[in-house]
Amino acid sequence: MGTPSAFDISKRSRIAWGLGLAVLLAAPFIGLYPVFMMKALCYAIFACAFNLLLGYTGLLSFGHAAYLGAAAYATGWLVRSAGWSPELGVLAGTLLAGVLGLGVGLIAIRRQGIYFAMVTLAMAQMIYFVFLQAPFTGGEDGLQGVPRGKLFGIISLANDTVLYYVVLAVFVAVFLCIIRIVHSPYGQVLKAIRENEPRAISLGYDVDRYKLLAFVLSTTLAGLAGSMKTLVLGFATLSDAHWSLSGEVVLMTLLGGMGTFAGPVLGAFTIIGLQNFLADQVGAWINVIIGAIFVICVVAFRRGFIGELLAWQQRRQAKEDRK
Amino acid sequence: MEIFGIPIQAFLGQLLLGLVNGSFYAMLSLGLAVIFGLLGIVNFAHGALYMMGAYVAFIALDIFGINYWGALLLAPLVVGAIGVVIERTLLKHLYKIDPIYGLLLTFGLALIAEGVFRDQFGVSGQSYPVPELLQGATNLGFMVLPNYRAWVVLASLVVCLGTWFIIERTRLGAYLRAGTENPALVQAFGINVPVMVMLTYGAGAGLAALAGVLAAPIIQITPLMGSNLIIIVFAVVVIGGMGSILGSILTGLALGLIEGLTKVFYPEASSIVVFVIMAIVLMIRPAGLFGKEK
Amino acid sequence: MKLKKVASICTAVATISAAVFTASAQAQISGDVIRIGLITDMSGLYADIDGPAGAEAIKMAIADMGGAIAGKKIEILVADHQNKADVAAAKAREWFDTQGVDLLIGGTSSGTNLAMSKVALEKKKVFISVGSATAALTNEQCSPYTVHWAYDTVALAKGTGNAVVKAGGKSWYFLAADYAFGAQLQNDTSNVVKAAGGTIVGSVKHPLAASDFSSFLLQAQSSKAQILGLANAGGDTINSIKAANEFGITKTMKLAGLLMFINDIHSLGLKATQGMYLTDSWYWNRDAETRAWSRKFFEKIKRMPSSVQAGDYSAALQYLYAVKATGTDDADKVLAQMRKTKINDIFAKGGFIREDGRMVHDMYLMQVKTPAESVEPWDYYKVVETFKGETAWTTKAESKCPTWK
Repeated sequence: MGTPSAFDISKRSRIAWGLGLAVLLAAPFIGLYPVFMMKALCYAIFACAFNLLLGYTGLLSFGHAAYLGAAAYATGWLVRSAGWSPELGVLAGTLLAGVLGLGVGLIAIRRQGIYFAMVTLAMAQMIYFVFLQAPFTGGEDGLQGVPRGKLFGIISLANDTVLYYVVLAVFVAVFLCIIRIVHSPYGQVLKAIRENEPRAISLGYDVDRYKLLAFVLSTTLAGLAGSMKTLVLGFATLSDAHWSLSGEVVLMTLLGGMGTFAGPVLGAFTIIGLQNFLADQVGAWINVIIGAIFVICVVAFRRGFIGELLAWQQRRQAKEDRK
Repeated sequence: MEIFGIPIQAFLGQLLLGLVNGSFYAMLSLGLAVIFGLLGIVNFAHGALYMMGAYVAFIALDIFGINYWGALLLAPLVVGAIGVVIERTLLKHLYKIDPIYGLLLTFGLALIAEGVFRDQFGVSGQSYPVPELLQGATNLGFMVLPNYRAWVVLASLVVCLGTWFIIERTRLGAYLRAGTENPALVQAFGINVPVMVMLTYGAGAGLAALAGVLAAPIIQITPLMGSNLIIIVFAVVVIGGMGSILGSILTGLALGLIEGLTKVFYPEASSIVVFVIMAIVLMIRPAGLFGKEK
Repeated sequence: MKLKKVASICTAVATISAAVFTASAQAQISGDVIRIGLITDMSGLYADIDGPAGAEAIKMAIADMGGAIAGKKIEILVADHQNKADVAAAKAREWFDTQGVDLLIGGTSSGTNLAMSKVALEKKKVFISVGSATAALTNEQCSPYTVHWAYDTVALAKGTGNAVVKAGGKSWYFLAADYAFGAQLQNDTSNVVKAAGGTIVGSVKHPLAASDFSSFLLQAQSSKAQILGLANAGGDTINSIKAANEFGITKTMKLAGLLMFINDIHSLGLKATQGMYLTDSWYWNRDAETRAWSRKFFEKIKRMPSSVQAGDYSAALQYLYAVKATGTDDADKVLAQMRKTKINDIFAKGGFIREDGRMVHDMYLMQVKTPAESVEPWDYYKVVETFKGETAWTTKAESKCPTWK
């Protein structure tokens, strides 16, 4: 999975990132539908969380939707039926996802590579069926009518624009958090594990502990995405825990660029945008399109948008250096 | 008459249905194990190939008037050919890189196949008639067993054992096994390894399609019939151990039976019992029951 | 470094392209167009009962109004909710926010209609649920913005439940679809059966759009009940009946299809369904007026309309009448008008909208004809009993609607 590795944050690049941020900040005022943007941001959080595991640790979790779904249901139920305020509900949902991730991780870590992926998929399916049966989730009908409530008891989130900025703030926080993790010594060990696990073991690292921690971090952040999504849309349903969503997040990460920071965000916006825009026009063909993008990505576009861009830049740089 | 408080009819009836399900698990996990064992590809498209086999049978009957027995021959050939094309054009690029890409590619292919069939046929499902020869039911006293389901169990046992025999006990199987362990050496002996690999994928696809035709008269043929099944089959394969073909057959049958039993005593858990067993097996024997640690 | 700049520009480009994607959704909020939105199952289990043909029925209503009211064009938007509540709710919200939809019509599937009802309440827009069954829409979840048009689980239970018990079916076993509709139908029918002196032996839930009913039917058979109550609909009912025949269940139990539409009978054939009782809100062959309208429908769709499709036509038509009468598409005013007006069209005679949102009209208990009795294609029913007006529905005493006291 050799994408060009993460870059350090220099002053100039901070200005550059500001550019993207500016667009996001201005979104409600330049005519973008806030509910769509919020949904895309939540899935961007999901994709970034997933990328932490796949792009930076090299572990493919093929059932990541289970954690998003678990947090979505937990937050939904707590806010709607137990009357919790939104920030506590989100916190609880996020923590639950992390605990769930710990449980699954302990079982799945025993296997490597492709087996790991299959085990995570199977465990996620089990969690899906539990949700299907459990009475509090509402089964096929989903958990409906989750109120947005008041943030910290004072700021009403009923207005789409207000909620949008809250979601944006959470997204930026998650993004910075991931950058921090990747650049920390812990992140360096993860990178070493990804590139050559036997060597990392021989260097004395308890590889399983590192991988497990990465898994739990990833599932926790995925849960955060799910909790926020429930607040935005007002419901949590089985689709949030379905394996097709697990597949989509892989595609978002792959398409945008594994192991890059902006990649998953780009991938998430693209896929959510495609689904939103095309679903009415093309009906069942949306799955064909998504499948085709998968196939093309795997065969010819493994580095994704950002990855290809960075590779191209590096080639140009190398050419210039040679002159 | 009662067994553990359940009338014996219900008990044996569910067990028999479980055996039928187990036959499908066995056939599909067998195909998956063959493809993984010999190609190193986790074929997520296996469910879609199974679905296509069922649809080939349906279309063959609906448009060309080819009956069930013809479909049993035709579907594996058609889908097998599709498998060969997939292998030649797409999969062969992936052998040298991380196996997750194979999983992702076949996942994408499954989505494409499902989308195309969904567009054509909708989601609600088509029905396929039971062939005349196998219609009707036999009253076994404790339940009425449709003859067709008995046939399914029989046919899948024959197919599974036949495949196992070919791979483990014949020369062709020996070449296949050697070819995956050391392709260069086997190629040096004059055996055309790429062709062998291509035909193996085709054969795996054909096996899946055969299962699809067998399933057609029992369940509604829908574009999603494969994806619902494939994840359970993955769990079966993890439990049985990827390395062993006999392992997947036995595990598939056993799990079908266990699922049937669960339906009698604790129906709500029947959809998750396979995964619970997988979790337990992984704690005790990470390589799977019959698996060889690679 | 340059790389990051390019990368972040890419992110910006992505967000802008997302804007382009949603630009089409960012339509002008209309004041000049009357928009009717239909969200239903277009391709799945219930597609024949409502589906694209339901949209056609609404188009017939629009055409009968001349395509415009006071110069404002009438448009229809259609979406497929795939029987998923989240898809329905998200689509409804998007349509209210960005497409200026004035009337939302809910097609089949109770879960989706409950979700859409909530969105309509939040956005204060008119929602008419035509295709769904759950009586909760006018009980626990009643709303001043929701009207339940065609039928509901209480009416089905009172009709078919009583008829079957009277005919001798005293002990019941339920096979229910595992979501709001199945549970509600089973609940309402159990109440009716018990009140009529029958007993409930047991029940089992099956997943929506289940592919194999064999194990559920075996459980049903081992219960030794007389009647197998099918608390499901559409494709699920068809498959349950087929599987019941296959396993010889029909030799020891009688089947009671608690919700059946003419499309299901058409699919299964009269041989498999003859003699079955069912309750429905409308039948194409009821009288000369319905026959005439149905033949017009048949010309376009090549199938006779189901009661849901006729309900779609009627709901749209009555809404448009109210818009014409009040001269506005303001939700509160139009609803007030609709509540004042008696409904007389091909669907209902002397119908009216009650305070709990229930559109009260006659319901019919029908029995499926034998192949010999049927004289033309789609001639499947004989009307056994007519439940006039209020007798068919939840009474005020029984009602759980908090605002209807």
